[in-house]
Amino acid sequence: MTEVTAAGPAYLNIENLWKAFGDFHALKNVSLDIAEGEFVCFLGPSGCGKTTLLRAIAGLDLQTKGRVMQAGRDVSNLPPSERDFGIVFQSYALFPNLTIEKNIAFGLENTGRKKPEIDARVTELLELVGLSEQRKKYPAQLSGGQQQRIALARAIATNPGLLLLDEPLSALDAKVRVFLRHEIKELQRKLGVTTIMVTHDQEEALSMADRIVVINHGRIDQVGTPTEIYRHPSTLFVAGFIGDMNQIEGKVTDADNVAFGGGETHCAKHVFAPGHDVIVAIRPEDIIPYDAGADAPDTDRNTLDVLVTNMEFLGSYWRCQLKHERFGKAELIANVSMNAVRRLDLSEGKRIVVELPKDRVMIFDAAEV
Amino acid sequence: MTDISPSQMPAGPAIKGKLSRDDILMRGGMIVIAVYLIVTLVMPLYVMFSKSLSTYAFQLSQYEFQVSDEDGTFDGTILNGADLNRQVGAFQPDDLSGGSDSRLSVTPLFPDFSFRSTVRYQLRNTTADGRFLVGSTLKTGVDWVELDSNTFRRVQLRPVQARGIDNFVNYFSTPALSNSIKNSVLIAVFSTIVTVTLAFWFAYALNRSCMRFKGVFRLIAMMPILVPSLLPGIALVYLFGNQGMLKELLFGASIYGPIGIVIGSVFFTFPHAFLIISTALAISDARLYEAATTLRSTPWRTFWTVTIPGARYGLISAAFVVFNLVITDFGLPKVIGGQFNVLAVDIYKQVIGQQNFEMGAVVSVVLVIPAILAFAIDRLVQSKQVASLSARSVPFQPSPNKKTDRLFLAYCTLIGLFIVGMLAVCQFAALVKFWPYDLSLSLKNYQFNRMDGGGWTAYFNSIKMALLVAVIGTGVVFFGAYLVEKSSGFKTGRAIFQMFAMLPMAIPGMVLGLAYIFFFNNPDNPLNAIYGTMAILVVCTVTHFYTVSHLTAVTALKQMDGEFESVSASLKQPTMKLFTRVTVPVCMPSILDISIYLFVNAMTTVSAVVFLYSPTTALASIAVLNMDDAGDIAPAAAMGMMIFYTNAGARIIHMILSRGVLKRTQAWRAR
Repeated sequence: MTEVTAAGPAYLNIENLWKAFGDFHALKNVSLDIAEGEFVCFLGPSGCGKTTLLRAIAGLDLQTKGRVMQAGRDVSNLPPSERDFGIVFQSYALFPNLTIEKNIAFGLENTGRKKPEIDARVTELLELVGLSEQRKKYPAQLSGGQQQRIALARAIATNPGLLLLDEPLSALDAKVRVFLRHEIKELQRKLGVTTIMVTHDQEEALSMADRIVVINHGRIDQVGTPTEIYRHPSTLFVAGFIGDMNQIEGKVTDADNVAFGGGETHCAKHVFAPGHDVIVAIRPEDIIPYDAGADAPDTDRNTLDVLVTNMEFLGSYWRCQLKHERFGKAELIANVSMNAVRRLDLSEGKRIVVELPKDRVMIFDAAEV
Repeated sequence: MTDISPSQMPAGPAIKGKLSRDDILMRGGMIVIAVYLIVTLVMPLYVMFSKSLSTYAFQLSQYEFQVSDEDGTFDGTILNGADLNRQVGAFQPDDLSGGSDSRLSVTPLFPDFSFRSTVRYQLRNTTADGRFLVGSTLKTGVDWVELDSNTFRRVQLRPVQARGIDNFVNYFSTPALSNSIKNSVLIAVFSTIVTVTLAFWFAYALNRSCMRFKGVFRLIAMMPILVPSLLPGIALVYLFGNQGMLKELLFGASIYGPIGIVIGSVFFTFPHAFLIISTALAISDARLYEAATTLRSTPWRTFWTVTIPGARYGLISAAFVVFNLVITDFGLPKVIGGQFNVLAVDIYKQVIGQQNFEMGAVVSVVLVIPAILAFAIDRLVQSKQVASLSARSVPFQPSPNKKTDRLFLAYCTLIGLFIVGMLAVCQFAALVKFWPYDLSLSLKNYQFNRMDGGGWTAYFNSIKMALLVAVIGTGVVFFGAYLVEKSSGFKTGRAIFQMFAMLPMAIPGMVLGLAYIFFFNNPDNPLNAIYGTMAILVVCTVTHFYTVSHLTAVTALKQMDGEFESVSASLKQPTMKLFTRVTVPVCMPSILDISIYLFVNAMTTVSAVVFLYSPTTALASIAVLNMDDAGDIAPAAAMGMMIFYTNAGARIIHMILSRGVLKRTQAWRAR
């Protein structure tokens, strides 16, 4: 398992968490530390256990085994009302019969605050989320994105130590989603509240999180910053789940060379012994195209003569299918920028030279598949 | 990359969550309501069931006697009661079985007995639990009791209780009793076929045609719900009875019997069948009809391949609901059944007429079986209906067709006339001086205080009870449903609660009422104090109508976001605050529906409360029954119509109230 310790002093420690539903284990020995003020995303496919983990942290569905420490306090078996967190659900769960301001004030009542104090706080929060003029309206009168922000304001009204977001953006339109990503991130930075967001959208996780926790089949596959996760996926699952990845079967020849399809390719440093069956992987955008008649390829660089068999226009770039004898039936996918396409005058049926930068050629244990 | 974590979950118990104050409160509340259901439903039913299995018999072998000579000297000869009977043949085996209150005089065992003689007698029990009476003094224990002959005459043996199926054997070997099973099933099946057929076409006309006055017909179809089931019986007596104005239409057949029961049953079950079938027809998918049209299917074929299969769950459900209503109904066969015995009336006759409580319990158990079966099948079918709905369905829009629309209008008018006619006959009969001889109008039939049955007090008692049932019942039912729907954990407890909540639907009112007698009228029961009070009527009625109210509440609660409680807990707010500020206001329309349902049913119910009212707590619906029984049919009709107007008024108030409340608490619904 990779290093899971947080950079700063841990605010939340999760130790050896298990969750069993009968014979099925939704969480399998999950351990994780989260630092104060950190924005962490739980990322994984549906059914991987990310929401189960969030609900265990909130105390909404207790874990079967294991310990949860928050701010030095063991909260493992406490009910939600005795923990310190605010939560936003995918459905927002706004109280439909209360106005926006009453929704936000809901958690401020019965806490010893006086009425003017509550009003002031509600005003402040409404300004924070930019919905001051909507305060007398009912939730059904607001758009989805606005409701989402109200739910957020309600969750942070009492200044909780921990903010939990359960797929908060997945019910929204794509445009609103992108806008709110930024908004939430800004708000979180301003407040400095430790935040955990559950999502199955990798783009969301990459753009918002300080650290991403990739969860698969109830286990943590990798914990790291978005760039770490993207650049150095520790497992084939992470590599395939986040971003696109070309995958070809191969065999290790030595510490920085790997063979596939009858040829040898330099690759990034790895730990496998020679002769080990591996999967060779490279991201489509890491493949660099050259003109066929360009300089003779450097022997130290991985270059290949390929045939462009198919091109698909995707707006800001072209997705090209490349064919080479060494791949057999398999094809390599490369994302080629508009500029490069124009410069190389690329079209279907043309032969070009591509480079697979060796530090971008990753290899994974084939047994993992 | 080595995985140091164990791949097996460590052994040992799972983490037990600490309960929050709210958890404790909610579980406590759930336990309170569960206990309420246990005390008011499960325990009485259990007592009744065990009563049906208790038999009473005189055990002569458990008594010993000594007889003196004329001078009062005993020679020490001990005679056993059983031996004496064998010699003398005073009692046949039949004489020795009895009920809990039976008594047996011992003098027939002594053919020479004379109360004037100077012979003295001694007797004793051979076992410690033996019992006999001397006059009204109970003697137990094995000591000899010496008596002169005059006192000996007043010795009465008491029966010994045993458990067994003798009562059932007895029941099934008495054709007069067991014939009722056949009778009940027969009229229930007949009424079901007729009602479902009529209600189907009525609902079809309202949902699938473009005929006029749909709103009026919908209103008329619901009218029978507002009156006690025995009212159509009274109307039928006026129309087809011995002095009925349409008597000739029956060609000599008598309305008193199966014909009357079936017609009356069709009247009072019609709205129930109509509602269910109408719902089933309303959800049909227009796309199927478009597909049928493009495939050039004939209307007839489309009807059988699309319409009927689409409504089949509704039809089946309606059939079982009607069957259940008819087989468990008591009021109607009591009024118009004549010599035609049915199960529900048998219970009444056994208990009230013959004071044979054990046999009443046996008939109850027999009646519960078809009722539970019908109920279980209905639940099964209804759960399937939900699954067949799809969110993408397009609602069907009927297109006008002059010919069929007119046909449907004629049909609906006929049904409407039948329903309104029955009520109109009752109202007219209540207002005339002496049917059918003096048809001038008068209000004398409204002088209820001059009749048996409880008078105007009964009417006001009914209103009081209905209001109490509506308020208390709605509170208990809704709160109970909330606790069971929205509390977390405690799975077994919640499952058991759900089961209890479904049970009342399957229990006929007569059975519930009788069970209440057994349970609450027992002097050893600490709750005995509520017997004969308004409280027991309210409790019984709330329990009787618990299921439908519970289901309405559950449906409303299921539409609430499941995360409200989580949000509230994360904001450290008590769940009860969420309940009063959010849950109740949002569910207010359903809460009002539950309360009007309980009110109307409390006004019209007869079956359960007929065993439980006391002279001070007589009810209007009971008064209808009793006045009819006493031959005061016109006042009975008058009282029945009073119930109708009260319920109609309550419905109107409910509607106005609903609008007001909706406007105030549901402002958020408008965008």
